[in-house]
Amino acid sequence: MSIGKDSEELHRRKETARAGGQGKSRERHLASGKLLVRQRLELLFDDGFEFEDGLLAAGESGLPADGIITCIGKVDGRDIAVIANDATVKAGTWGRQALLKFNRMQDLAKDTGLPLLYLVDSAGARIDEQKTLFLGRNGWGNIWYNQVQASGVIPQVCVLFGPSPAGAAYVPALCDLTIMVDKQASAYLGSPRMAKMTIFEDVTEEQMGGARLHCMVSGVGDVLVKDDAEGIARAREYLSFLPQNWTEKPVAVPARAPVATAKPIGEIVPNNQNVAYDVHELIDALVDEGSFFEVKANFAKEMTTGLARLGGLSVGIVANNSRHKGGVLFNDSSDKAARFIWMCNAFNVPLIFLQDISGYMIGSSVEKAGIIRHGAKLLSAVCEATVPRICVLVRKAYGGGYLAMSGAPTHPDAMIALPTAMPALVGPEAAVNAIHYNQIMELPEAERSAFVAAKRDEYAADIDVYKAAADTFAAEDVVAPEELRDDLVKRLRIYSRRKAATIERRSAVHPV
Amino acid sequence: MASTIDAVMAGTVFKIEVKVGDTIDFGDVVAILESMKMEIPIEADGAGVVQEILVAEGATVDTGTPILSYK
Repeated sequence: MSIGKDSEELHRRKETARAGGQGKSRERHLASGKLLVRQRLELLFDDGFEFEDGLLAAGESGLPADGIITCIGKVDGRDIAVIANDATVKAGTWGRQALLKFNRMQDLAKDTGLPLLYLVDSAGARIDEQKTLFLGRNGWGNIWYNQVQASGVIPQVCVLFGPSPAGAAYVPALCDLTIMVDKQASAYLGSPRMAKMTIFEDVTEEQMGGARLHCMVSGVGDVLVKDDAEGIARAREYLSFLPQNWTEKPVAVPARAPVATAKPIGEIVPNNQNVAYDVHELIDALVDEGSFFEVKANFAKEMTTGLARLGGLSVGIVANNSRHKGGVLFNDSSDKAARFIWMCNAFNVPLIFLQDISGYMIGSSVEKAGIIRHGAKLLSAVCEATVPRICVLVRKAYGGGYLAMSGAPTHPDAMIALPTAMPALVGPEAAVNAIHYNQIMELPEAERSAFVAAKRDEYAADIDVYKAAADTFAAEDVVAPEELRDDLVKRLRIYSRRKAATIERRSAVHPV
Repeated sequence: MASTIDAVMAGTVFKIEVKVGDTIDFGDVVAILESMKMEIPIEADGAGVVQEILVAEGATVDTGTPILSYK
């Protein structure tokens, strides 16, 4: 056989594998509005693959690439590792070679310190292969084992384009960030069919585990997108804020001024501490124009979290949003912030906290739901964060909420107060009621409200920012709203020089 | 069938901002709760015409208590 013929065969085999599944499965895939896996990769990479592994795997069985593409390519000039299901081949299910390819790329990404992107569109494990791939040391479970080993070592991002059922649902759950395509993505442990059979529940796939459910209610999803192309674009954007791995720092970009239409901060924040406002306006006025990448925008909205650029530097923003539920901390908002802080801390992204909080929610229903456990989780994440961390007191900063939002006792690099800040153990209403309760009760009813009002004013004056935060040197500085951005940029530059102290131990025992 | 707009958290009804017969749209503030010493705007989660106001100003509500119905 001549060399020319060998090359011809190789070429033919590779072309067949690259073409992916044909016939009905391909037609169905395209008809649903999805892109083919190689179209997704084309959108993702600057300029094609650096290389691809296992293209010819399972070719002898007529399963192109065994329904999974594992490759390296460049995103904004940086090498990124990718594992991508091809749903046109056996619905993207995991067979033997698919699993080997999956695990091999996970190892490569971790060992070479490259971010790993999971482009998921898979019906999960192939039940007919369970005898060899479920129970033993080398099986499907290695996927999650590897995800956990790589957690905090390299960024792991999932874009969910289609299903990821049963055990496969843990792939998005174990990633740092999961982007879900509306009306296409789904994740659930038991399918609607299984639920109907075993617990007699009758729900649709969308109700059981659709993208909206996960991005708005369950919190499994972080970013909701309208189609495949937007999912890819958002993944690229997210990666731009992060370094290649935990040993590196995010790359700074040229600074940009905040959006020109942003109102001055002094006009955004209402003076009346009880009146809600949308913290997004404050974030827009602080960060480089158009740079805010919100994480979990539609979940636990009383807490706003996201990545942004501040003077060109990558930062993570954790902000109370009084526009929703008064900005009070609940279970979900505590979880949301804790996970975001862990992610930023893992990848050297400095944290900016914007505090405006009247506290953790109280009442028997939240106690039953375990608000103490969830609150402890947020406290734990804050107190173990070693990246540069600045706490900004915008308005209220009460009680446990103040500490959970990176108050001075949790050792941020700095606590900066705006003149509108009002830090205290409790607010004037609750304080007066607690301190003067007996006195109030002894007064004739007609005199009570005047007495209470006077005491509240007295108390409010006492927790004024100059007395409570500046005079005591609890806060490093009180700055004018219009000076806040510049102050933060300068401080970040200095605090980034600090070497993070680590504590010698195997692991903390995290509250969950 | 009428839908309801419910309290998002425990508190008291500070103000009802609409009346029966008003047309409401997604995102409109229909009521303000007072909770945790904050004024909490309650937004419409759909569009329609207000059918009935189900709580009075000053009433105590829990998470999920219907505030008004609309269709």
